[in-house]
Amino acid sequence: MGTSLVSAQHTPSPAEGKLCILNNRIGQSPQRMFDDALAASGLHPLTAIGIEIFQINVGKLCNQTCKHCHVDAGPDRTEENMTRETFELCLDAIRRLDRPKIDITGGAPELNPNFRWFVEQVRGLGCHVMDRCNLTVLALRSQSGLAEFLARNRVEVIASLPYFSADRTDAQRGDGIFEKSIEGLRKLNSLGYGQLGSGLVLNLVYNPTGAFLPPSQKAIEADFRRELKKRHGIVFHSLYTITNMPISRFREFLIRSGNYERYMNKLIAAYNPAAAAAVMCRNTLSIGWDGALYDCDFNQMLELGTGFGVSRHIRDFDPVELARRRIVTGQHCYGCTAGAGSSCGGTTAGKSDSCKILARADGSRH
Amino acid sequence: MSGYYNEDDLPRFGEMGKNVPELWEKFNEWYGAVFQEGALSQREKCLIALAVAHAVQCPYCIDAYTQESLEKGSNLDQMTEAVHVASAIKGGAALVHGLQMRNSAEALSM
Repeated sequence: MGTSLVSAQHTPSPAEGKLCILNNRIGQSPQRMFDDALAASGLHPLTAIGIEIFQINVGKLCNQTCKHCHVDAGPDRTEENMTRETFELCLDAIRRLDRPKIDITGGAPELNPNFRWFVEQVRGLGCHVMDRCNLTVLALRSQSGLAEFLARNRVEVIASLPYFSADRTDAQRGDGIFEKSIEGLRKLNSLGYGQLGSGLVLNLVYNPTGAFLPPSQKAIEADFRRELKKRHGIVFHSLYTITNMPISRFREFLIRSGNYERYMNKLIAAYNPAAAAAVMCRNTLSIGWDGALYDCDFNQMLELGTGFGVSRHIRDFDPVELARRRIVTGQHCYGCTAGAGSSCGGTTAGKSDSCKILARADGSRH
Repeated sequence: MSGYYNEDDLPRFGEMGKNVPELWEKFNEWYGAVFQEGALSQREKCLIALAVAHAVQCPYCIDAYTQESLEKGSNLDQMTEAVHVASAIKGGAALVHGLQMRNSAEALSM
């Protein structure tokens, strides 16, 4: 198990260091700025259309150290975890909204000692709750009864599983993770998760295991459904494909492997206005472990807080101004607008990407 | 000229439309239509393209369709099997021409 970039003292200085690479020219040709692409699509300035999803990143602590993690989470990130006081502020904010969906992420969010208390609180408010689960956390001795707790509270589980075989899964998430993930899925299935008619929703998340874009969500979902059932007897509801963001550990991988320029050019060439119009930040508010507000979890990791004069911390929560806020954008946003689009709920544009050598010669064809 | 094959040439493929834009447009349209989802899935078409890329030994195509195959959800087991299929056909094609050799030899021999 590796350590986080922060622990390895491998990260550039906060924010500006992370952004300077993203905003620099790529190779010999000038890079098309994301805001210019938005403007050409009639979407600039990008604005929110409401707060339907209240996404809380409760901390960076995780029992895994995945190679692509945009949070740079890991077992060594013990300091950055949401306190009960900040959770209480979140509850105050949620009460001022119209029962938003509560999307709890991390790190491994279940490792936050306030996780179960908070889930019960928001369920008590009648909110739908989603837990972004890495699956292996279910087997930790310290998390005894976690799967049963999630089922009892009708929590939707969104589980990471980059591929239906061990080699590619372990290459991204660590040795032995695939087998433990399958055990976690079996446990969830045994409680009714993923079973038709149970009402216990189990969705999987596919991330590419390298410097390439995700496949058609529909096609790879069919592959996962067939192979997981055949090989392991596992069932699930839906599979979401998510594009890896060129930030944090995945960006370090891109640079180290010599793929950064090619990957960024691919994202830019694959810009899809339909995906841009449907980006998740337009109906999501992201809250950091310390209560700071962001337009999305990626902006959060780049330390790009909400801007243009709106409230920047949960204690100053203003539902009206935040629901129609202007969104802070950057070159990393191309990660959400490439091809069929990408969000925490999978593709956004419903448009299949192209498959041809020509695509690399003519980006407009995507 | 530093070499015959240059990675940076692949994104310049569109320059083959210079001087003959109408031919390039026809090729482009046909090429795009070929790879649309049809009786075969896009993933299957990419695997065929990957195999053919090896048979015609085109480094540009191998590069492009390795990436495209991964992006269509294929894995290394499937991609390697596809290359073996291309190789078997190529090897078999060479071998079956041995009958030409045998026919010629027979015609020349007493």
